[in-house]
Amino acid sequence: MTDASMDNPTPARSRSLSQTDPNTRRRNAAERRFRAYGMAAILVGLFFLTVLFVSIVRSGLPAFTRTVVTVDFTLTQEQMDAAESELFKTKAYSNLFIASLQEQLQQRGMTVEFDEAAIERLLGKVGGTLRAHYQANPDELSQPVAFELAASSRVDGYFKGRVQRETLQDSRFLQLSDLDLVDALEEAGIIKQAFSWAFITGADSGVDNPGGAGIGASVVGSFFMMLVVLVLSLPIGVAASIYLEEFAPQNRFTDLIEVNISNLAAVPSIVFGILGLAVFIQFMHLPQSAPLVGGLVLSLMTLPTIIISTRASLKAVPPSIRDAALGVGASKMQAVFHHVLPLAAPGILTGTIIGLAQALGETAPLLLIGMVGFVARGYPEGFVEGFTEPNSAMPAQIYTWAARADVSFYEKAWGGIIILLAFLLTMNIIAIILRRRFERRW
Amino acid sequence: MPLFWLILIVLVIAAVGYMLGRSRALANAGGDSRELHSLPSYYGWNVALKAMVPTFGLLIVWLLAQPLYVNSVISGMIPDSAIDDGSSRGLVMAEVRRAATGLDNAVAQGLMDEDFARNARADFTDVTQRLKDAGQIVTAEVTQTVLRAAQRYRIVNSTGYLIMSIAAIVVALAGTLFALRETRALFRARNVVEFGIHALLVAAASIAILTTVGIVLSLVFNTWEFFRLYPASDFFFGLNWAPSFSGRGGSSDLGVLPLLWGTFYISIVALAVAVPIGLFAAIYLSEYASPRVRSVAKPLLEILAGIPTIVYGLFALLTVGPLLLKVFGDDGLGWMQAGTAVMTAGLVMGIMLIPFVSSLSDDIINAVPQAMRDGSYGLGATQSETIRQVVIPAALPGIVGAILLAASRAIGETMIVVLGAGAAARLSLNPFEAMTTVTAKIVSQLTGDADFASPEALVAFALGMTLFVLTLGLNIIALYIVRKYREQYE
Amino acid sequence: MNDMTAVDKTVETQRTKIAAQNVNVYYGDSHAIKDVNVEIEDKTVTAFIGPSGCGKSTFLRCLNRMNDTIDICRVTGDILLEGEDIYAKSVDPVQLRAQVGMVFQKPNPFPKSIYDNVAYGPRIHGMAKSKSDLDDIVEKSLRRGAIWDEVKDRLHAPGTGLSGGQQQRLCIARAVATEPEVLLMDEPCSALDPIATAQVEELIDELRENYSVVIVTHSMQQAARVSQKTAFFHLGNLVEFGPTGQIFTNPEDPRTESYITGRIG
Repeated sequence: MTDASMDNPTPARSRSLSQTDPNTRRRNAAERRFRAYGMAAILVGLFFLTVLFVSIVRSGLPAFTRTVVTVDFTLTQEQMDAAESELFKTKAYSNLFIASLQEQLQQRGMTVEFDEAAIERLLGKVGGTLRAHYQANPDELSQPVAFELAASSRVDGYFKGRVQRETLQDSRFLQLSDLDLVDALEEAGIIKQAFSWAFITGADSGVDNPGGAGIGASVVGSFFMMLVVLVLSLPIGVAASIYLEEFAPQNRFTDLIEVNISNLAAVPSIVFGILGLAVFIQFMHLPQSAPLVGGLVLSLMTLPTIIISTRASLKAVPPSIRDAALGVGASKMQAVFHHVLPLAAPGILTGTIIGLAQALGETAPLLLIGMVGFVARGYPEGFVEGFTEPNSAMPAQIYTWAARADVSFYEKAWGGIIILLAFLLTMNIIAIILRRRFERRW
Repeated sequence: MPLFWLILIVLVIAAVGYMLGRSRALANAGGDSRELHSLPSYYGWNVALKAMVPTFGLLIVWLLAQPLYVNSVISGMIPDSAIDDGSSRGLVMAEVRRAATGLDNAVAQGLMDEDFARNARADFTDVTQRLKDAGQIVTAEVTQTVLRAAQRYRIVNSTGYLIMSIAAIVVALAGTLFALRETRALFRARNVVEFGIHALLVAAASIAILTTVGIVLSLVFNTWEFFRLYPASDFFFGLNWAPSFSGRGGSSDLGVLPLLWGTFYISIVALAVAVPIGLFAAIYLSEYASPRVRSVAKPLLEILAGIPTIVYGLFALLTVGPLLLKVFGDDGLGWMQAGTAVMTAGLVMGIMLIPFVSSLSDDIINAVPQAMRDGSYGLGATQSETIRQVVIPAALPGIVGAILLAASRAIGETMIVVLGAGAAARLSLNPFEAMTTVTAKIVSQLTGDADFASPEALVAFALGMTLFVLTLGLNIIALYIVRKYREQYE
Repeated sequence: MNDMTAVDKTVETQRTKIAAQNVNVYYGDSHAIKDVNVEIEDKTVTAFIGPSGCGKSTFLRCLNRMNDTIDICRVTGDILLEGEDIYAKSVDPVQLRAQVGMVFQKPNPFPKSIYDNVAYGPRIHGMAKSKSDLDDIVEKSLRRGAIWDEVKDRLHAPGTGLSGGQQQRLCIARAVATEPEVLLMDEPCSALDPIATAQVEELIDELRENYSVVIVTHSMQQAARVSQKTAFFHLGNLVEFGPTGQIFTNPEDPRTESYITGRIG
């Protein structure tokens, strides 16, 4: 055979394989470009993700710290009696406090001039706080008590870089000279940044006190809402899925349900808010701003998600299991509830957690049922009240803060987002672990 | 909360019924469960279901029907003369309800005793002031008519709830007794219970239909109400959006066109960001990326989809807006006046939609049969030529469907535009100007101080209707296209 | 088995078009092709036969580097096209595939018009200078694919609307349009009915005048009908390679004989 090819000399081939012709070079360049576009798209997406997270963390972390002044203060019985006998009692306490502070600064070899007004700008009405403390705890008289006083939000802002010396204009809230005092106190170790549990456990404070605002109460509100969502949407969703997947005949009615579910999954969340407002509040006169109503609305929104994932897990259970159960004389209902449902349970659970996580972050419908703007000043009084009394919810609280005029609240809003994302992350991780753990390949 | 207790009582009755039914069946079979037609627990469930299902059905129907009945009774009490010009029966009824809530609150807080709340006369006592003290917002001085109606409203309502509670308990007990009577050893309890469960399953599945009906009804009724107060043609074709907050009716311009324009403009910007990035990302992930890159990059991108929209809203308001302002604002190019603008909201919404477009397109590109690619490679096409000229055209219907779904998402998105797009409704081409959208105005009209019955608030329902119809249309078209596409390759 | 045709075939020896030397193919850990040596001649139809899973398709896909698109696939040894190693670093698989065309098991027309299906290859390879040039190429290719008369009036109808046999002939026309030197066919008739199969087989015989054709088939009758040379693969080994008549009438290897007589496969 080789001889044969020797006899027929190879005709001059127009195309050689080892030499890339210009056309191919051009096409390969286009190939590389196209590939680069794809890579660039991924990188742009990841870049956005990074920017988002960096700005959340950078702007949100300060919400977890607050500026506190820690002062050791001793009040004797005589001083208290003297102060109580004066006309302006809290002013007397203030003066005592100022004297003590000055003394402590002098001990450290620092002399800064300041007056009562400056202290009020820095720490608020100290006198009242002191008086209230000693009236409540008279046994602490004559012994040193370490007072931890929260600094005003502007001083807090000075520490966090929100308020700058160069751009500060003297006002009744803060003056340039106060910053000298703050610097001195900082040098003396009296004023410093500390972790703020109050932000995590506290309640909203109203428009005028950004420093004291906390997210705790709205976490509780969200918790009650999620409870409603879980209790309603899980059983209803599972029941609906079982019907559609196992029992539903092929007819118009089934089609109608299917079409409705797939459309509900895509209806904008604000429309569910309108539904909640019109049906639950206007028509049924359920209380406004209540976690119960929020939970009802979110349940309706979460149902399609749960139904879709539950049906997927039911579908994944092989028919042989059903046949086996029917074969030993179980009714269809027994086959489904005794065999199919337990096998599908991990998938259902995973889908439910993901649906709950979605509902937890949903904001728009809550705007319409009055959960925004409501100042959640405290925790609900009891379990039943937790559902029916007005409360806020995490995303609604974040929106409320973001919508307030005082920029100090922005920091709180970002901090709230960190907490919200922490919850979502935890839920998703649990879902992933469940899926990894119980995933079954048939 | 009495309803809570009522539900508890019914549950207790059902639980007791379960025990009784079970033991009665066993006793009837002489203690040998093999003599029974069904397992003993089915007899128990038979009783429990017959106690609970009719009772809860009754409760639901009652709770829905009572407000309607009460409204018609009270509405009849208000003579036409009591309705001022420019007001409406709806407005007066809202006033009545507010007064009634106020009376409830005042009694609860101990500011009034029950007797006073029932019998006080507005012209003799300072009811209005007392209601205000109790924290109730009352818009005007409570007139005698309104107060009478409010008092009657309270009485009818509380009587209604009392009758409902009694009826519920009676029905629960009757159901239990009936079921216990039919409990015998040969009674086919399992079949009956399974029929009941089947019915419950059907009911659960029907909730999807009920929800849609609820949405449609609440939109249609309120929109109808709105069009009685405000001409539909002005709403659909008006070029000006300027709701007044002081007066009632007449002085507001409620044209939807500027809002629709803002909605579309922002959505277009968002799609202009999301579609190229999402599509190229999907192409890269499905055609080029190694399994390792794919397993890292895909979940990372999908994180963007799991982030709540409030986060994006804040991101637009506090990060992207100021950033754009630095570049395009007065210090930079001078095109932008404030951080909230079409560009801000559109950009952030685009970021949000990237994973939406990319994962949908990824699925669709993966559904293109490998044979198609092989055919192209076999002819000596490069990978990009194959993708551009064979895979994408083959996947095009599906991708169009995905983009339509993304567009419907963009149109319905609320938080980003509420926080990032501004509040001014205008018809402008400048993407650096603040504009507003249908969703943002639904929020502002319904969270403002406007009365529910005023056109300024009712317009939100007309806007909601517009939004619902738009997104529903887009979704149906998109789902149809995607389904058609899937069938093609199955 | 009607293998009289095979016996009667005159086998003129032609120039070697493709020479494979010590080719091994691995899919991840599994060894799919073991040390195959074969010489494929020009203007000849060579058939690869063997039981399913024997590696005949895998080997076919090595000849135009289609296996490159599968990540876990690794090829060692040399495959020479006209003396040039097609796995050399300097060789662009894209250029190679224009010269070694391929037709697949299932007809896979693109979701485009008939015209665009055929014009796709010439377009991407920049073979036509003008529109009329392209028209000529399309017509010539469709004529070579023996389908011109059936589609000339509806060139702009979608290619997916044709019948199975027409689709496969369209795919052959599409492959021919890039003027390849070798045509690889991977069970081109397995998805077709007998009449369409006969048409395609007739076409393959015509194509022999201009091309070197390599066809993978699971049907021994088909191999006997259309091919001049036959290679029998078994478990990744090339068991026997020779003139079709000899393979079918007088096989040297007992495994070949068992397969031909239907005892394995």
